[in-house]
Amino acid sequence: MTTQVSKTVIAAAVAAFLSIPVVAQAGEIRVMCYQDGIECDVTAEQAKRFEAANPGTKVVIDVVPYKTIVEQLPVQLAAGQGPDIARVTDLGGLSKYYLDVSAHVKDRAYWESNFGATLPWLRPTASDKGIYGFMSQLTMTGPFVNKTLFEQAKVALPGPKATWDEWVEAARKVAKATQTPAALAWDRSGHRFAGPAISYGAKIFDAKGDLVLDDGYKTTVNKFVAWHKDGAMLKEVWAGSGGSSYADSIGEFKNGRVAMVLSGSWQINRLQKDIGNAFDWVAVPNPCGPAACSGIPGGAAWVALKTSKSPKEVGMFLDFIASEANYAEFTGKTENIPAHAGLARKGVPYPGATPAARAALASFSAGVATLSPVAYQFQGYKFNRAMMLPTVARVTQAIVGEMSSDEAMTKIGADMADAVKQAQK
Amino acid sequence: MRTLAFFTRTRGRHRLDWTDWLSYLYLGVGLFTLFAPIVWLLMSSLKTESALGQFPPTFLPYSQKTVTVAGHDKPLPLFTVRQADGSLREMAQMRRIGIMATLVDPAQPTQEVRVNINDRKPVSELTFAWSNYTDLFAKFSFGRYLWNSVFITVVATLLTLLINSMAAFALSKYQFRGQKAVFLLIIATLMIPPTIILVPVFLVINSVGLLNSLWGVILPAIATPTGVFLLRQYMLTIPDELLEAARMDHASEWRIYWKIILPLSAPALAVLAIFSVMWRWNDFLLPLIVLSKSEVFTLQLALNSFQGELNTQWHYLLAMTVITLVPITLVFAFLQKYITTGIASAGVK
Amino acid sequence: MHGVDRLLGGFFNLFEPLFRAAQRWLGLSRLGWLFVGPNLLVFGLFTFLPILINLVYASTGGVKLMPLERPFTGAENFAILLECRDYLDIQSCRKDVFWRATFNTAKFSLIQVGLMVGLSLLTALVLNRKIVGRGFWRGVFFYPVLLSPVVVALIWKWLLQSQGVFNAGLLAAGASSVDWLLDAGWAFFWTVFVSIWAHMGFYTLILLAGLQAIPKDMYEAAQLDAASPWRTLRRITLPLLMPNLIVVLVLALIRAVQIFDEVFVLTGGGPGSATTFIVQFIYQTGFAEQIHLYGLAAAASLLLALGLIALTLAQLRLTRASEAGQKAR
Repeated sequence: MTTQVSKTVIAAAVAAFLSIPVVAQAGEIRVMCYQDGIECDVTAEQAKRFEAANPGTKVVIDVVPYKTIVEQLPVQLAAGQGPDIARVTDLGGLSKYYLDVSAHVKDRAYWESNFGATLPWLRPTASDKGIYGFMSQLTMTGPFVNKTLFEQAKVALPGPKATWDEWVEAARKVAKATQTPAALAWDRSGHRFAGPAISYGAKIFDAKGDLVLDDGYKTTVNKFVAWHKDGAMLKEVWAGSGGSSYADSIGEFKNGRVAMVLSGSWQINRLQKDIGNAFDWVAVPNPCGPAACSGIPGGAAWVALKTSKSPKEVGMFLDFIASEANYAEFTGKTENIPAHAGLARKGVPYPGATPAARAALASFSAGVATLSPVAYQFQGYKFNRAMMLPTVARVTQAIVGEMSSDEAMTKIGADMADAVKQAQK
Repeated sequence: MRTLAFFTRTRGRHRLDWTDWLSYLYLGVGLFTLFAPIVWLLMSSLKTESALGQFPPTFLPYSQKTVTVAGHDKPLPLFTVRQADGSLREMAQMRRIGIMATLVDPAQPTQEVRVNINDRKPVSELTFAWSNYTDLFAKFSFGRYLWNSVFITVVATLLTLLINSMAAFALSKYQFRGQKAVFLLIIATLMIPPTIILVPVFLVINSVGLLNSLWGVILPAIATPTGVFLLRQYMLTIPDELLEAARMDHASEWRIYWKIILPLSAPALAVLAIFSVMWRWNDFLLPLIVLSKSEVFTLQLALNSFQGELNTQWHYLLAMTVITLVPITLVFAFLQKYITTGIASAGVK
Repeated sequence: MHGVDRLLGGFFNLFEPLFRAAQRWLGLSRLGWLFVGPNLLVFGLFTFLPILINLVYASTGGVKLMPLERPFTGAENFAILLECRDYLDIQSCRKDVFWRATFNTAKFSLIQVGLMVGLSLLTALVLNRKIVGRGFWRGVFFYPVLLSPVVVALIWKWLLQSQGVFNAGLLAAGASSVDWLLDAGWAFFWTVFVSIWAHMGFYTLILLAGLQAIPKDMYEAAQLDAASPWRTLRRITLPLLMPNLIVVLVLALIRAVQIFDEVFVLTGGGPGSATTFIVQFIYQTGFAEQIHLYGLAAAASLLLALGLIALTLAQLRLTRASEAGQKAR
């Protein structure tokens, strides 16, 4: 025992020197990245080219799970620590930590013309004119459908203006005919939920611009709970967790346990990889409600952070990956919708995409036009989490029978008010 | 009444009594309940992704045979098909849509046959999907994570043994003012689950500049209340006469601690060492908040962090679970005797 | 071996002069502070200080991380937590999840501790018999204790999924598959079962040690008096095992109230809030949600700590009273 002890002591002493954190050299940029498909891998390749073109700079891409970006990054930033660049989704919530790099980008006009529509999403205040980063992709929530199950059940796919009720009915018939466990599922996310809510007439914002729960939202909650109770919705996705933790339904979709899911365009690459030839899948336009046929836009953005010690290199790197050629490569390889106005006009070649993926991308791109203005406003609102998270937690409780839908609505309202009040302190 | 006899006495006869049989049955059930899940985990970690998705699952890792058919670049899965006339034929499946599958005879690849999925059964062979493990090594900087975990575990254990035994020595063999308060304070922190002080601990570690450093994971965890408690209990049984004799020989207190107390506390130290290894190796929450640069990740962090992404890639998840299990199992296997007798003798006296 | 001794000797020699000097300066009794010092320093910095910071969080509001930037709110967080329109109806409480979590934790602790200590005692009694390969059996029961809670939960989650082994067995036996983790009752059952599965071995060993310390002549004397086995158990075994039993009960209760990792991975607190326990509530409120309500989380954690201290003290007092009562008889 003592031999091992002292050998380890020696080893430990040596290793102690090796493990002392290396102080980041000026010129080294750390990028905290998460990926749904291969976004970080593609960026890492581009980073190597950047390093080659700019000797003396070093770009390190830390691939972390989404959970880290959502839970750890805000805490780090609040404590004054963090990477130089991060790929984030809570655009408004983290905006106070963003670094303005307009002084370090080569051509401001290029940024304004190509990313102008989405740059405001990253600005802390409405009057701000800084450049804090850019959207790595434009995403939209929307449904995917297992076309072959529909074919087997001999049920026609409802048309582009079909309502949610019609889709649920059709999917129900398909599930029955093909012995599928459930008709459909929605991602366990308040962000996904908001699309149908807006379609059903939820205004989300009142006259003053604060969050409000109205009849449209209530109708959606009631319908959603009812669909669970009668077995149309797969219980696992929402009822399988507690609190407001995120869970997606793509896993169930690819295993053929549902005929339809409400997810989003960022899953296209994953669907292509994981489903392959097992069955035919298509993206369909968002089903309609009385008010709209909307999804919610979104996407992850590359943002420069105030904790950076190398703002010049950060600006240069962001410039590099935002350039048309590199952005086109990124979009093409990761099979996303570009947030780049120029590329959206010209079209992006998707070299590795299967016909199914291509069709899905086209469907989503076309769907961008049908997005309700409320959806854009919701996505850009700083405290949208105050509505999204309680929705998930309370609706789940209603689904499992812990409370009625009405009580769930009251609770969502109360939780929302509490959260907004604290956030504004 | 005989029924209860086995609760209270050890039997001395050579012939096995029926109460002995009952005991062994109980132990057998215990063995099955405790180990069957782990054995199942092991076997499942060697299955291919498609085999894992199969329901009902098999115990041994079977995977479907594939065959290369002319005209298709990827090998096609092989099935035994029951045909209309009742005979069985081995065919390769081109695709499966809903409840109908399209199959071809490998020898006649142009003739397609559509068969209901209930009329076909996969042809399986025993396959050990070692790729589940090798892919992981390629995917993650496995060596790096392993090294980080080992470093943290070893250094933290050594430090824990040192300062906990020093504290236990002070609390058991000395009388000084405030001693009781210190002891109670240390024990009282058992009431605080670490999860709860996560954010404040993060703030403290941040302000001493130990974020993203392995030392930021090692140092906060070495003052374990359980360790102090355990060692103190054991040291109380060391006779004071030994210390008095040493003091009369003009030995310094440090010498007494190092040469008398520590060797005599070896069983309790062994128990604490094993617990410390277990705690540090399995530690997840503290590394989670302290380490965010991938080169300092630990093995548990890698496993748990990527759980979200891998949660439908059970084959990788299971393989990684087995990998994190192996070191602690090895330690256990070698030191099993020490652990169980150590707890027995170091147990609360 | 030589190098080892020399290294250890070197370490020893390094500190000896320091301690000798300290001994002369402080005197023998106060030298204790020097020995307890490093532990106290680490403990103070990384446990005690965070608890104090938690107190600051509990008395402030807002969503900022840095304690000094937060607005002081006094006891507002506690008021929010404990506010209920009607104390008999959890639904009417402002933080109904907090109350539900507390209730779930209480239910879980009582059931789990009772079952686990009972099973540990039974197993220890069985292991105390003259059986072949006792060391092996001890190892068998202790092994799950070494596994990390996340690993344990993952294994069981895998077994219990709707297309897992358990349902396969049910279907093979002709029954229909059960939503093991989607049904509130079953999910609760499995949290109890899995936590017992993972921790029983530890307590079994402590009790076994206690049993083996009971001198054999006690039993022989009882045999001579023709005492029934049940009487022997009640009058001899259990009283002599009492110190170990107390330790086991106290530790088990503390751990049960603090349970988090394995349940969170196994059920996520679901379905709904059926298996949401108090530490998960604190974690979610303060850490997981993007609008971090650190103040509420800290207030809840203080309430938890107070509750635990009260419980432990009550437990110790009760067992000491019963001990005294038994001795008096």
